[in-house]
Amino acid sequence: MRGLQWILGASLAALLATTSPEVTAQDKVIQVTAERFKFTPGVIELKVGEPVVLELTTLDRKHGFQVPDLKVDENIEPGKVTRVRIVPSKAGTFEFHCDVFCGSGHEEMAGEIVVKA
Amino acid sequence: MNESSTRRDFVKLLGFGGVVFASGLAGACSNMVRRPGSQDDDFFFVQLSDTHWGFKGPPNPEAANTLRQAVQAVNALPRQPDFVVFTGDLTHTTDDVAERHKRMREFKAIVADLKAPAQRYMPGEHDASLDEGKAFQENFGATHYSFEHKGIHFAVLDNVSDPQAAIGDAQIDWLLADLKPLSAEAPIVVFTHRPLFDLAPQWDWTTKDGSKAIDLLQHWKNVTVFYGHIHQEHHFRTGAIAHHAAQSLIFPLPAPLSQPKRAPVPWDPAHPRRGLGFREISVDGTRLVLTLKEDSLEGKGAAQAAAVGGSY
Repeated sequence: MRGLQWILGASLAALLATTSPEVTAQDKVIQVTAERFKFTPGVIELKVGEPVVLELTTLDRKHGFQVPDLKVDENIEPGKVTRVRIVPSKAGTFEFHCDVFCGSGHEEMAGEIVVKA
Repeated sequence: MNESSTRRDFVKLLGFGGVVFASGLAGACSNMVRRPGSQDDDFFFVQLSDTHWGFKGPPNPEAANTLRQAVQAVNALPRQPDFVVFTGDLTHTTDDVAERHKRMREFKAIVADLKAPAQRYMPGEHDASLDEGKAFQENFGATHYSFEHKGIHFAVLDNVSDPQAAIGDAQIDWLLADLKPLSAEAPIVVFTHRPLFDLAPQWDWTTKDGSKAIDLLQHWKNVTVFYGHIHQEHHFRTGAIAHHAAQSLIFPLPAPLSQPKRAPVPWDPAHPRRGLGFREISVDGTRLVLTLKEDSLEGKGAAQAAAVGGSY
């Protein structure tokens, strides 16, 4: 399901992810851009206990942002900002990738969320 | 040739080379019962997958030859299959619409040399996801359909024309309407490109709403799914449904989640066609057992490779 949702099951995977969150002044915001065929940054480094909001935008066309371990499955539409709040509760590495086929190189369009203690 | 000798020929055919999955092994369906009135004789068909015509790159420096080698290998089988099915990614993706059509025309010209009397096609994401199946339909026809062959119902599912890898509710409704007239024991074979189950979502080896199709198919007792996409042989069961992935004809990919990235297995000049191949599926006409045989392109004559050097 895409859109506003709470991912309760994500706590089992060491992080709590919320899509389309309200952004408060206290939030740490990380800008993530998508373009064929990469995310920038490709590695998103977080610290346990420090919530962040990812602001996802695209530089060219529609892409996806899927983090299977967190059950995050979002579209990144041209001209729009997609926000995902992550509350890291445990160290680990979580793979994300584009799940909207975008051409030759789509298979390599991936990155990692690395949570450090 | 009577039925007995036909069956003996199958045994002989399956007894040489390759890997044979006997009935009931690795999810091969068994004890399926033919529908009343169907013709009762053995047959086999061949699954080719992920030919990626138009691909160029280090994972397969011989890509301009591989498809022709596969056609020659199928034509060299002791008997010809009733049909050949291509389970997607016939062509490698391109942003250039004219080039996309050109690759599809070239593909059709090459596989026209198959001796088998019929071919069935379906798209992979490389064929269809950038234009929602438009070029594929213009060159090959519908992206989902069904057909009957000697008492077996075949359904082709499209899980790639939606670039987000969904089948979609309209197609699920079509599948239900298509299967509804069949008895619970009817033998059903499904062809699709992506795995319908969550094989490795981290590598995009899944179908977004594949569980809907699986839930629907569980109402029938004898369902077997053949798919591609993951460029390797793989066997899995969801309940009573057997799922079999085929090798590719361009480059192998690593086992699911066996390494951090799903990068192609590096090309080995000492074994240039290792990991490339196709599948024969034989159908026992009496018990209706499906038997799978995996054929490798490796070891197919070097003279063949030289002979099929193409101009594309």
